[in-house]
Amino acid sequence: MAVKKSNTIKLKFDSARNLAPAPESKSAAKINERYDLFINGKFEKPSGKKYFATINPANEEKLADVAEANNADVNKAVTAARTAYEKVWKKTAPKERAKYIYRIARMIQERAREFAVIETLDGGKPIRESRDFDVPTAANHFFYYAGWADKLEYAFPNRNAQPLGVAGQIIPWNFPLLMAAWKIAPALATGNTVVLKPAETTPLTALKLAEIIREADLPPGVVNIITGAGETGAAIVNHPDINKIAFTGSTNVGKIIQRAIAGTNKKATLELGGKAANIIFDDAPLDQAVEGVINGIFFNQGHVCCAGSRLYVQESVYKTVVQKLKDRMETLIVGDPMDKNTDIGAINSKEQLETINKYLKIGQQEGAEMYQSACSVPRKGFYCRPTIFTNVAQSNRIAQEEIFGPVLTIQSFRTDDEVIEKANNTPFGLSAGVWTDKGSKIFNLTTKLRAGVIWANTYNKFDPVSPFGGYKESGYGREGGLHGLQAYINLV
Amino acid sequence: MIATKTIPDFSLSPRVDQVGIEERASRVTKRSIKNETKVNGLMLALNMIDLTTLEGKDTDGKVKQLCYKAQHLLDTYPGLPTVAAVCVYPSMVKVAKTALGNSGIKVAAVATAFPSGQAPRDVKIRDTKFAVDQGADEIDMVISRGKFHMGEYNFVFDEIAAVKEACGNARLKVILETGELVTYDKVRRASDIAMYAGADFIKTSTGKISPAATLPVTLVMLEAIRDFYYKTGKKIAMKPAGGISKAKLALHYLVLLNEVLGEEWMNNEWFRFGASSLANDILMQLMKQKTGVYQSADYFSID
Repeated sequence: MAVKKSNTIKLKFDSARNLAPAPESKSAAKINERYDLFINGKFEKPSGKKYFATINPANEEKLADVAEANNADVNKAVTAARTAYEKVWKKTAPKERAKYIYRIARMIQERAREFAVIETLDGGKPIRESRDFDVPTAANHFFYYAGWADKLEYAFPNRNAQPLGVAGQIIPWNFPLLMAAWKIAPALATGNTVVLKPAETTPLTALKLAEIIREADLPPGVVNIITGAGETGAAIVNHPDINKIAFTGSTNVGKIIQRAIAGTNKKATLELGGKAANIIFDDAPLDQAVEGVINGIFFNQGHVCCAGSRLYVQESVYKTVVQKLKDRMETLIVGDPMDKNTDIGAINSKEQLETINKYLKIGQQEGAEMYQSACSVPRKGFYCRPTIFTNVAQSNRIAQEEIFGPVLTIQSFRTDDEVIEKANNTPFGLSAGVWTDKGSKIFNLTTKLRAGVIWANTYNKFDPVSPFGGYKESGYGREGGLHGLQAYINLV
Repeated sequence: MIATKTIPDFSLSPRVDQVGIEERASRVTKRSIKNETKVNGLMLALNMIDLTTLEGKDTDGKVKQLCYKAQHLLDTYPGLPTVAAVCVYPSMVKVAKTALGNSGIKVAAVATAFPSGQAPRDVKIRDTKFAVDQGADEIDMVISRGKFHMGEYNFVFDEIAAVKEACGNARLKVILETGELVTYDKVRRASDIAMYAGADFIKTSTGKISPAATLPVTLVMLEAIRDFYYKTGKKIAMKPAGGISKAKLALHYLVLLNEVLGEEWMNNEWFRFGASSLANDILMQLMKQKTGVYQSADYFSID
């Protein structure tokens, strides 16, 4: 019997991608035509009377108008936060603070579907992810920190944990609700008050959260949520009455913030970019490693600061892994984020899509080999097929710079020392992944990789209990867990 | 050219990460199968069923009734396919063969001292040959799990090869009885042994041991089939059996199959469900899809 050569064998996956539409209902959520600024427990019109549109990146349709906060609005919000801090919140019994935070957590759970729908409409992420990851994890964060509020003396034995005052918090567009939870929950638990600014492309879930906070009867001014672009953020950072800046976003803006607060008394935590190494050894369970790589880079369209964007594969299994990866990519469904079967949704904005496309060009010019899955993408809206580059060198820009899209570079390596050196050869240090069947190898690597989070035989696992944060240009300070409390207190 | 097949060291079969495989399997359950995809999937699933009766109390009458059902799943619903095969003990093969006539439905027989497999090799071979002589188109054998646990992979391999030889033209399904192998690593290893020894199908379970088929176990085996296909160019079929009684679960299996092996496997030559009560639940869902309302179980015959 004649047997085909293995290099001519190709599995066919068209039918795996062509499923009948299964759309989540838009009417599950109410989106207002216009949103004002949430200051001192009320929605207030912006003093500059300016509004900007937020669109659905999946079809470029406008969702709502959102207020743009200027310096005067920022000042009003900070003043409200300061007053609430001095007069109410720092005097509120920790046990009472906990009740409010629990209440917010419960209300997020109760309205999980509404949050998920808005998150997907405004940001472009698949409904499967906002439903199964973003919203439940955000609620968990509030639950977790609610538990700490009246136990700070156990968190820091023999020390007295004092709140810092007013926290200015600026969050990115990739996980809008979850980042708001990461910022607000520990701040409230430790007795601080908050001025939070969501990203200009994804303000809607934060504003929904503002509605919940109002319904939860949180004392006015304890949490203020104001919207706007970079200038509004700068006004928060530069406001003299802010005690602490918590920022998640790009490394460039992180550097600007650091310069702005130099010489002031403001404390800061910065969670910035990343270019994480995901390392597969030849003894790893390869199919699960491939699945981990898929989750590592294509989760949330690759808009993840800890995305595993540099894959290193031991040379003896390199071909097998690339083939498995390509087969798995062929089964990924790209398209309408509201469809429950969509694996990869819309790129968050036109600007981001242009950035990604720029890097796709650079990669090809650098001589790397590009492979994209055969799936079709909608004509309207911002989409990018899942992409991998092979034949990549450490000196390629696509292997050095953060692309923040569904783009993976793959390099081979021979020895453990070689891959440790290459993985660390980056200005970033947020996360890394190790895939091997050998426990001792895991511990060898986790001690030598310079990254804040290292996952072994899994990737992109988040839990409120475990701290998250970076080394080098990925920022400093930790969020989540016990460490996350420390960022909001003075120990005396 | 005849490809020379090198037999690998089975103790080096790829390892499987339990957490990872279960997460991947649970992800297919998030697929939302609607409308025409659902109807097509349900029809396909019906057509992949090995309608099974494997009881000590099986009689000619029972088997004949089952064979009628296999050909007439629901006559009030035009355009339904038949099931793929009827699966019985060797002693019932002749009855089934006669009852099914030229319907195109295959007769599968469990052999080799099913379900325990605790018998000498010559007994197993005779059992197999008897079933084939009676007219069985397919043989479902069980591996010697005891020997497998003892690490005697050569014994297991040789036994499968010998049964394959005894099968002649009948296709051989090799039952791993994954519920007795317990770990995914062992399921993978047993899958590799069976395929290299000549299995046409690999099958999860006898249905007599719990747990029987599960999505993660099936995923491990499908991945083994894919790796074997890439290595040798030879397609192997898959049969999860036992514990699949709901239409929705059957659809999840099809999603899994479609995403791991692709559309060439999406037919009853390369995939089967070993099940007895699955057919009626699928029929119920098809009627719901057609009429918009559920009918009571009494509207579906229970042969």
